Amino acid sequence: MPILFKSIFRFALFILFQVFVLDNVRLHELATPYLYFLFILWLPFNMNRTMLMIVAFIVGMTLDSFRHHPGFHAAACVLIAYIRPFLINLLIPQEGAETNYQEPSMQSMGGILPYMIYAGILAFIHNAWLFLLEAWQFEDAWYFFSKTFLTTTISLVLILITELIFPRKQKFRTNTI
Amino acid sequence: MRNIFLFIRRYFNFLLFLFLQILSIYFIVSYGKFHEAVYSETANQFTGKINKRYSNIQYYFNLKHTNDSLIKANEMLLNQLREDYGVPDSTEFEKIQSIMTDSAVAANRYHFLSGRIIANAVNTPNNFMVMEGGSEIGLEKGMGVIEARGGVAGIITETSKDYSVVMSLLHKDSRISGKILKTGETGTVTWDGKEPNILYMSGISKSVKVAKGDSIITSGFSTTFPKGLLIGTIEGAYNVENTNFIKIKIKTHTNFYNIQYGYVLLNKDAAVINQMLKDAYKQMQ
Repeated sequence: MPILFKSIFRFALFILFQVFVLDNVRLHELATPYLYFLFILWLPFNMNRTMLMIVAFIVGMTLDSFRHHPGFHAAACVLIAYIRPFLINLLIPQEGAETNYQEPSMQSMGGILPYMIYAGILAFIHNAWLFLLEAWQFEDAWYFFSKTFLTTTISLVLILITELIFPRKQKFRTNTI
Repeated sequence: MRNIFLFIRRYFNFLLFLFLQILSIYFIVSYGKFHEAVYSETANQFTGKINKRYSNIQYYFNLKHTNDSLIKANEMLLNQLREDYGVPDSTEFEKIQSIMTDSAVAANRYHFLSGRIIANAVNTPNNFMVMEGGSEIGLEKGMGVIEARGGVAGIITETSKDYSVVMSLLHKDSRISGKILKTGETGTVTWDGKEPNILYMSGISKSVKVAKGDSIITSGFSTTFPKGLLIGTIEGAYNVENTNFIKIKIKTHTNFYNIQYGYVLLNKDAAVINQMLKDAYKQMQ
């Protein structure tokens, strides 16, 4: 059960870091960095999609409880949890990598580029859906796009930094390719 | 029938996805109703406790600032002592903070309760603050909150046992009735969800002359805020196309970035007035 404890620990850490550190940051009067959804990106490969979405919903609702208006982050998290398996299937380099490694990382995705594409697309979708729901309109398209792009860029930089500071050493589990 | 089950099993994930999305959007849209009934009490107690822990640490580093703001507030109150005023022309003279000046009078309708703001946000389009003190000390939904220097801060939207959630003026759904101090025109003050500390006032006719720096005060048309609390000062005015109205840009008096203490306004007559309004609506129907 170590994966469960590891996940709970990560969950608490990501949420607290988001609420007490990143939410207090505002760059260029426009963007607040988001990092907590990296928790969903790091969930193990062998989790089925139903579980993924339920976990994502819980993550989103927890963050929403701190913001006192439930729904926004829950919706965005469920969306990226739903899309995640498609992306992994597209980006995973060789057959069977998802059984050889436990969770998505630079190592298991086969290099920095596929991993950053994976993180970038999901970060973009998360932010776009979140800001669209928050604005509840599509009037100011320029503002919306610049906010989404800036936030996504910052999220990617933060993800890269997180990966560098906390390298996740993963065991190669089988030899059957 | 069998086909339906097969269909559900085949598309279970997609249906679950749709269900969760719709549930989330339902939460967003029906803010208050479901949320309050099902989990706000527990959630607020829980997040309130965590916020308080963090705030206790942060509070220590802000002591200097808190001290300064309290001294300023005290100075302002001293300046408003009744005996310091000359002979005001009370029929026309509208004082900012009129409630504080007649606090010595027994007919004072408002009572203040102070509380520490333990969590605050300015970065999202929907900002809330969390304040210490909840239903146990008599705070209720719909009460107004001001900050130490007398600026409007927000309105309580939820209370749990020990904490209350305040919808900040920097919330897209926040609407308060404001008034231009000089001319007496009233309009609605809202936030567009972008720049903190900048509000917009709509519903002012083009014929009204406004100048930069004019004060915007609360109109006192609701039981939430008394007349004359400072909302902010005018920064500029814009024409709204195709209408006869202007939109006024307001810089808030409250600095939402570093709000430390809040004062909840308890209106003694609120219950009576709201009951009368309710009865009046009933009779209309």
